[in-house]
Parts: sequence; structure tokens; C-alpha cells
Amino acid sequence: MSPGTLLEVEDLHVSFATSRGSVQAVQGVSLSLDQGKTLGIVGESGSGKTVLSRAIMGLLPRSSTTQTGSVRYNGTEILNAPNDDLRKLWSTHIAMVFQDPMTSLNPVLRIGNQITEPLKIHLKLSKGEAKETALSLLMQVGIPSPVERYQAYPAQLSGGMRQRVMIAIALACAPRLLMADEPTTGLDVTVQAQILDLLGQLQHDRDMAMILVTHDLGVVATRTDEIIVMYSGNVVERAPTNVLFKSMAMPYTEALLKSTPRLANPSHTRLTAIEGRPPDLLHPPAGCPFSPRCPYAQEKCHREKPPLVEAAPGHSYACWFPLTAARPQEVTA
Amino acid sequence: MTDTAVEAEAVGTTEPLLSVEDLHVSFHKGSQTVQAVAGITFTLRRGETLGLVGESGCGKSTTGRAIVQVEPATSGKIRFGDTELTALGRGDLRTLRTQVQMIFQDPISSLNPRRRVNDIVAEPLNIWRIGTKEERRESANAMLDQVGIDPFLLGGRRPREFSGGQCQRISIARALVLKPKLLVCDEIVSALDVSVQAQILNLLEDLKQEYNLTILFIAHDLAVVKNVSDRVAVMYLGRLCEIAPSDVLYEAPAHHYTAALLASAVEPDPEASRSSAALLGEPPSPINPPSGCRFRTRCPRAETRCAEEVPEMRQIAPGHQVACHFPISS
Repeated sequence: MSPGTLLEVEDLHVSFATSRGSVQAVQGVSLSLDQGKTLGIVGESGSGKTVLSRAIMGLLPRSSTTQTGSVRYNGTEILNAPNDDLRKLWSTHIAMVFQDPMTSLNPVLRIGNQITEPLKIHLKLSKGEAKETALSLLMQVGIPSPVERYQAYPAQLSGGMRQRVMIAIALACAPRLLMADEPTTGLDVTVQAQILDLLGQLQHDRDMAMILVTHDLGVVATRTDEIIVMYSGNVVERAPTNVLFKSMAMPYTEALLKSTPRLANPSHTRLTAIEGRPPDLLHPPAGCPFSPRCPYAQEKCHREKPPLVEAAPGHSYACWFPLTAARPQEVTA
Repeated sequence: MTDTAVEAEAVGTTEPLLSVEDLHVSFHKGSQTVQAVAGITFTLRRGETLGLVGESGCGKSTTGRAIVQVEPATSGKIRFGDTELTALGRGDLRTLRTQVQMIFQDPISSLNPRRRVNDIVAEPLNIWRIGTKEERRESANAMLDQVGIDPFLLGGRRPREFSGGQCQRISIARALVLKPKLLVCDEIVSALDVSVQAQILNLLEDLKQEYNLTILFIAHDLAVVKNVSDRVAVMYLGRLCEIAPSDVLYEAPAHHYTAALLASAVEPDPEASRSSAALLGEPPSPINPPSGCRFRTRCPRAETRCAEEVPEMRQIAPGHQVACHFPISS
């Protein structure tokens, strides 16, 4: 582990016990994140990105999940750690902004109480100090007239305002790592831009590390240092952001990018859709999970699962026939 | 839009399929009135796709619902071909619904969970007793096949056995089985993953060609709207800001709100200039909208005139209309 490494995940497996069998939601994910850096985790629904972020946080129910591998925060193993230990980390070291600002706030508690709660519990601030800090946090996250909003209930705020409150709560105890799971999904574009700007600025001011989980390649393109692309519970490609967009190697990453409508393209540009849909996690295919939908798939792809290999410094991918390599004749045919 | 369509528009030869004139839709909330749609006017020509974009609460969905008469218009005219929709009685309106269909946002909840998909798609034909029972079954199957759902393998299943994308395909099949002229699509891809979204958008494009559909495509995603639309209308707080051919609107927006929306949009390209919040704050309440131009409270260019005088929609180039006192000149 290098000295600046804050979070290190190694060979993390998460499976859920369901009535129809065991669902392998995360299948051997490794990643590391340095202090002050931003990592983007991109994938479609069911790719395991949310489960991964919750496993890192230690938020998955222990009774119905099996989690193996290792999650180290600052060198300390936190996977399957007792809740009492995790509680000391939450908020002060690792905090999370959840996807849905409508339902992740407590509807019957005033905004103020929800922000001061972690301050009183973790930082042992007095009531007066906590209120003062909360008001300054509301100001920092750009909530107009914080004194009035302090008394408001979540239902009295708009979606964007609620997400700002969520961010204020997450940042209350000055965490070193912020996990943001789809923080702008469901918000309007102009508000999305505001929230992303706010997260970026707060991260910069506080030299905080951030994991930005999203389905939208556009959100991570200009706001992350490194990106991990997930498909069906696996990391299929990992690279520094500019490298990923310049020389993507995994056909799934390319397919994801090509199926996204672009503002830069003229209208009625035919999109390159990915046919079919992601595999059933109860019965994952034997070979590469993307092989049933991959336009370049060969026999080997259906048979053997490609490992995630580091092909260039910092750039790894799991593919037998990557896009960057010279393709054998039959592949291009 | 094709070049001929642009020319046709310039000389005014194509007869509009749908024309909306000064449409108002208000809701009552206690003693207060919410003006969801506050006087909008536009036309849809045969065979074109008009995109309607705006942020939540701008009235774009209400506009769509008012056109299919799910929501009664408070005032204004909606003309479909030669028929004035707002003046129709129940029976005539029902007949008209065979020609105007709508597809909704949530693909799963807009299908009856207890029915089999081939029955769902055949239902409109059964209601109108079109053809024999055998023929109806056949056209429903053909329609399902066309949207990419195998009618023999999957037709007997119920909606919960399908993914969101497949349910949206079934909704499209149901909407098109009566061969409507006008299709209103309200955020039909916003709940879908990008890869599935692309499939649905491509499918819609193919069906549009095949059935010569006219489409009102309502969505908040600017890139999606650009992809499917010939022309795009931008809405803010119940009013239209700008209408233009899509490539023109995205290349050279004239309204400050359109420009701000475009500047806020994210692109999957690290080289693209980083989008940043082009607008501060959030839209004001439609219960008590600002005087004059409704966008003036957030507009970087606003002057006193904007508070005093409502900007009228005016033409600044062929087919390009904008409601702003100080439009951005290209």
C-alpha cells in the first residue's frame, strides 16, 4: 500500500441469498483510492455498482449477504467489522450521499435536527455549537436563508435543496472519503450541474477523496481522476479518466459510450444500441459476462472468463480481444 | 427536419396535423391556482417529430396530457386536423383517441399487471371490434413482433416478467396497434439504462418511418431530444421560450434559458468544456410566477423591460422563434 492510499478493496465478493438461489452481485472487485482523488464507478442497473459502494460502507445486511475479500480503510480492515467499529468510522471518516434525496431524509424531523445529530454524537458538540456548525454547513452547500431552512421539514424543500441538505449531513463531521451514489439522478440538468460543482468544490477545499457512482458517463467524464466500468458484478475496465475516453479497450465501455446520445452529434444520428440485456445474475454465463451481447465475441469469450489485466500503467481491462490491440482477422470480419 | 420540410415551412405549404393555440392549463391547490401551462402556441406538421424540453414543473407533461385530453384545457384551442379537440363531446373524443395515442414514462406501471401482453396489445382492437377475433390476434402478434417481443414465446406472459425496456416496447406496440396518426411520448426513455434507451430510440425512429407517425416527444434530456427531433421547443415555467429546428437550436440558441440548459448538460467527453452551473437557484413557483418574462429572475441579461413586458414569441429566422426581449444574436 502506497503512503497516500486511503481505501483499498481487494477481491471483494458479495452475494445475496434469495429464494431462487445465490445472486453474485459483486464478483471479485479490487480498487484503490488515494487521498483527495476522485474515482468514478460507472455501470448500468444491476452492474453491482451500488452494492459495491454499500459493501465498502458496511451497509449491507449481514444476515442475507455473504461478503468475502478485503476492504481496508487507512490500512484497517473494515469488511465484516463489528457495527460498533463501523459507527466510529461513519460520518467522521467515511460518509455517503445517497441516490434519492426524497426518501433518504427523515420526513418527520426538521432539517436542522438531521444535520446536528452527527455533530452531537460524533464530535460531541453542545447544542449551541452544533447549531452554529449546522448553519454554516447549510451556507456552504448553498442553501439560501439557512436560518429559516434549519426549521424546515424535508417536504418543504425541492429535490435539489434536499440533495444539498444530504451533502451537508454527509460533510458535517469532515469525512476523508465521500461516497456519492448517483447524487444527481432525478435532478434537473441545471440543478445537476450545481450539485456536481458543489461536490467538486467542497472536495477540493477539504482535500477529501470521493467515489462517484453513476450510470452516466457524462457525469464522470470531467469530474474524476480515474474510472472503473462495471458490468454484471465485474470490473471490466479501469483507467485514468482521460486514458479511458481516449483509448478504451473493452467493447462494453465502447458500446456504452456509443449508445449515449450526444449533444455534439446532429439530430437523427443513428445510435449504436447494445442488443439484448445484461445477464441474469442467478445464472451468469460461463465466459465473459458481456460475451452474449458483444459484437466481437469469439468462441473463447463464451468459454473462458477473461481476467482483469493491467495492460498499461493504470489501465486494466478484462477482455480477450481488446479494442486497442491489433485484432486477429476473424475478429474484424 | 428534411430540407424540403424546411422549405415547406418557409412557404407555409404543409398543413399542420396538430395546432395548439394559446393553451392554458391551471390546477387548483386550495385557494391558490397553479398555472401549469400559461398560454403556449405551436404546430406539429405531418410526419415531423417535435421535441418538448424543459425542467421538472415547466408544464411539458401537462401540455402532452392536455393534447390527448387526459387533462382538460382551461382555455385555448387544440386542433387536430380539422377537428377542434377542446370542443368535442365524449363519444367523438373517444373515436378520436384511435388516432392520438400516448406512451408514458413508467413502462411497468402503465401496463395492467394482471393481463397477458398479447391481450394488452390486442385490447384496443377488441374495443373497436376491428376485424375478426383471428385477425385481431394476428395484428397484435405482428405488432409485438415488430417491437422485438416474440409473440409466440413471450406473448402469454405478464408485464412483471419483463424488464423495463421490454415493457416500454409493449407500451409502444399497444399505442401503435390502432395505427394512430399522432403519438405523444412523455419521458419514455428516462427510466431506462442507456443501452436500452438507445434500442428504444432506434425502434421509435424505425416505426415513425414505417407508420408515417407525427410525434410530440417530451423529455428533459437534451441529448435524447436532439437525437429524435426535427424541431425542438423549450419550455420554462408554463411558457415556451424558443422553437427552432433541432440542429439550429443546439448550435445557436437565442434564448438565454436554452443557452443555460445547454451549458449545464454533461457530455461523455473529458475534452469537452466542463459543464458548470450556468444558472443559480431554482425555478420560481408557478403559483406566483414573476411578472413579464418568467425567466427574468434567473436570467443573466434581464433588464427592467423584462419585468414589465411579457416577451412575445417572434420569428428571428425561418422556423426559429424566440420569446425574449434581448435574444442572443448568433
